[in-house]
Amino acid sequence: MTGEAGALLVVEDLSIEFRTREGIVRALERASFTVGQAETVGVVGESGSGKTITAHAVMGVLHPAGRVTGGSVRFRGADLLALGEEERRGYCGREMAIAFQNARAALNPIRPVGRQIEDVLLRHTDLGRSAARDRALELFARVQIPDPPRLHGAYPFELSGGMCQRVMIALAVAGSPALLIADEPATGLDVATQCAVLELIEELAHENRMAMLLISHDLGLVGERADRVVVMHAGHVVEIAPSAELFAAPRHPYTARLLATTPHPDSRLADLRPIPGSVPDLREALPPCRYRYRCERAAPECDEPPLPRVEITPGHFVACRRPL
Amino acid sequence: MLRMIGRRLAAALPGVIGVIVVTFLLNRALPGDPAAYFAGPAATPRAIEEIRVKLGLDKSLPEQFGLYVRDLVRGDLGTSLTTGQPVVADLRARLPASLELTLCGLLLAIAVGVPLGIFAATRPGSWADHIARVLMTMGNSMPVFFSALLLVYVFYYLLGWAPAPLGRLDAFTPPPGSVTGSFLVDSLLMRDGTVFLAAAKQLVLPTATLGLAALAPIARITRAAMLGVLASDYVRTARAGGLAPRTVLYVYALRNALLPVVTALGIVFAFLLGVNVVVEKIYAWPGIGSYALEAVMTSDYAPVQGFVLTMAMIYVALNLLIDILYGVIDPRVRIET
Repeated sequence: MTGEAGALLVVEDLSIEFRTREGIVRALERASFTVGQAETVGVVGESGSGKTITAHAVMGVLHPAGRVTGGSVRFRGADLLALGEEERRGYCGREMAIAFQNARAALNPIRPVGRQIEDVLLRHTDLGRSAARDRALELFARVQIPDPPRLHGAYPFELSGGMCQRVMIALAVAGSPALLIADEPATGLDVATQCAVLELIEELAHENRMAMLLISHDLGLVGERADRVVVMHAGHVVEIAPSAELFAAPRHPYTARLLATTPHPDSRLADLRPIPGSVPDLREALPPCRYRYRCERAAPECDEPPLPRVEITPGHFVACRRPL
Repeated sequence: MLRMIGRRLAAALPGVIGVIVVTFLLNRALPGDPAAYFAGPAATPRAIEEIRVKLGLDKSLPEQFGLYVRDLVRGDLGTSLTTGQPVVADLRARLPASLELTLCGLLLAIAVGVPLGIFAATRPGSWADHIARVLMTMGNSMPVFFSALLLVYVFYYLLGWAPAPLGRLDAFTPPPGSVTGSFLVDSLLMRDGTVFLAAAKQLVLPTATLGLAALAPIARITRAAMLGVLASDYVRTARAGGLAPRTVLYVYALRNALLPVVTALGIVFAFLLGVNVVVEKIYAWPGIGSYALEAVMTSDYAPVQGFVLTMAMIYVALNLLIDILYGVIDPRVRIET
């Protein structure tokens, strides 16, 4: 499902398993997508669809219980999964960076936020201590943190959720990465702050010609900002398409239902329809298509492996035997 | 900061009062009649009665308590019937020996236990993890009187590496001039290498005994705290930022893991103060623990009361120190207080 030429990040057939007490969870199965230079790609899906662990695997910070069982992650052509620990670390923060969800917990609670930014700067730039401090203050100003000199010495618990998110973003862009992964950057913030934070990320990406992987469960929020959208369900990539095309003509039944759950200005409450069923239990034996038992278009042929991946129109991929 | 210290001291006051009352009552409840004990086996009932009056033991309990508190306020802990000295003087002479020993034991336990805990947490399942587990089990399951005797047997009797367990210095070394009361520090201040070495030699076995006992809880709590912190979101952030492994481990993980470790240190120190009584007895250490033990055996109230009160004061001071350390480590504590 890729247009590989010139792509910055190529994730191909990535599979991840988690060992748990109750058995092995196949959290991600043969996921493939690409992110081009300076391109914004949205990743959308319900909770448990595998968005966040994909991001963690790309960054190399997968939870110890998780294991990559197949596939590759290539950045500028280099296979990150094959690199040694030390080489791999060279990419983190400098070439690619991530703004984690729940920013407050993702910041060191007992280190001043300014110092945390400086840690990254000292690691990835040639700046000295005082220059790093100046740069940290600049970054704070850039992410619209009021009174940078004062908040430089503040601790996360002294800051609001929105401010923590801004610090998180400043931390991620401190090393001037070519790719920024933003994992649910707006979740848990009030609506006004959500908009401001998303706008800020967009601006930063634009200014620095930074590619972005924007992860969210909110299709509407992603659709407005992404060039292309990757739709995930239960550890599968089910559809990839340019945003406008995806919204106008979704081809995977799941995407269509997901769109129907997304409110827009002229829809009424009665128009919003929930998706039947819930994300399947990934510990059990599953049919080739994991949406099979929630899908109103399911047919006997859907039980035949493998899960197809069809380029239905140029640049529009669908993993479905009976697309819309 | 000063306000916080003042508040903590005030909060400790009820505890101290409680200790005063309880030690007083407990000592009166001890079996044995001190008057009879000091009159000797050949004494007539009249002689015993006279001694009883002299000791003030003929008065009612509330009266005795009133006198006791009055003396306390004056800084008078009474007189030891065994040594014939004021208890305050005895304690002052013996406390440095106990503190020196306890602190050495604690330092040893920290110096070994904390790195061991870190190592075990960063490499679960490795040889360091296994060694840590063995040491923890040993430290937990071996009673101190046993490990003390074992160490003496092996290192003094069998191998002859350690000096005789007969106090703080061997018979041929004069004690250094007293500045702090710690022989190690005092001999250094006097620039007397011979005395320093002699004092250090005597300290090795009792310190190892205490260290072994304190090692297990410190290593275990360090390991658990590090495991928790290493799995935290902010350590993941530090890793994703490409920070050097040493920075991640020490600046991000360890400092956060120190909070429970410091709490554990307080508990361990208090535990060591108790263990000290046994260790001092076995190594003939002239500290307050062995002093109190002898006093208990002779129903000598005053030293026991003095000992328990001293322990309570040390405990209060210790908790204060830990609170202050908390504030140094964690800014969240600083703001709240």
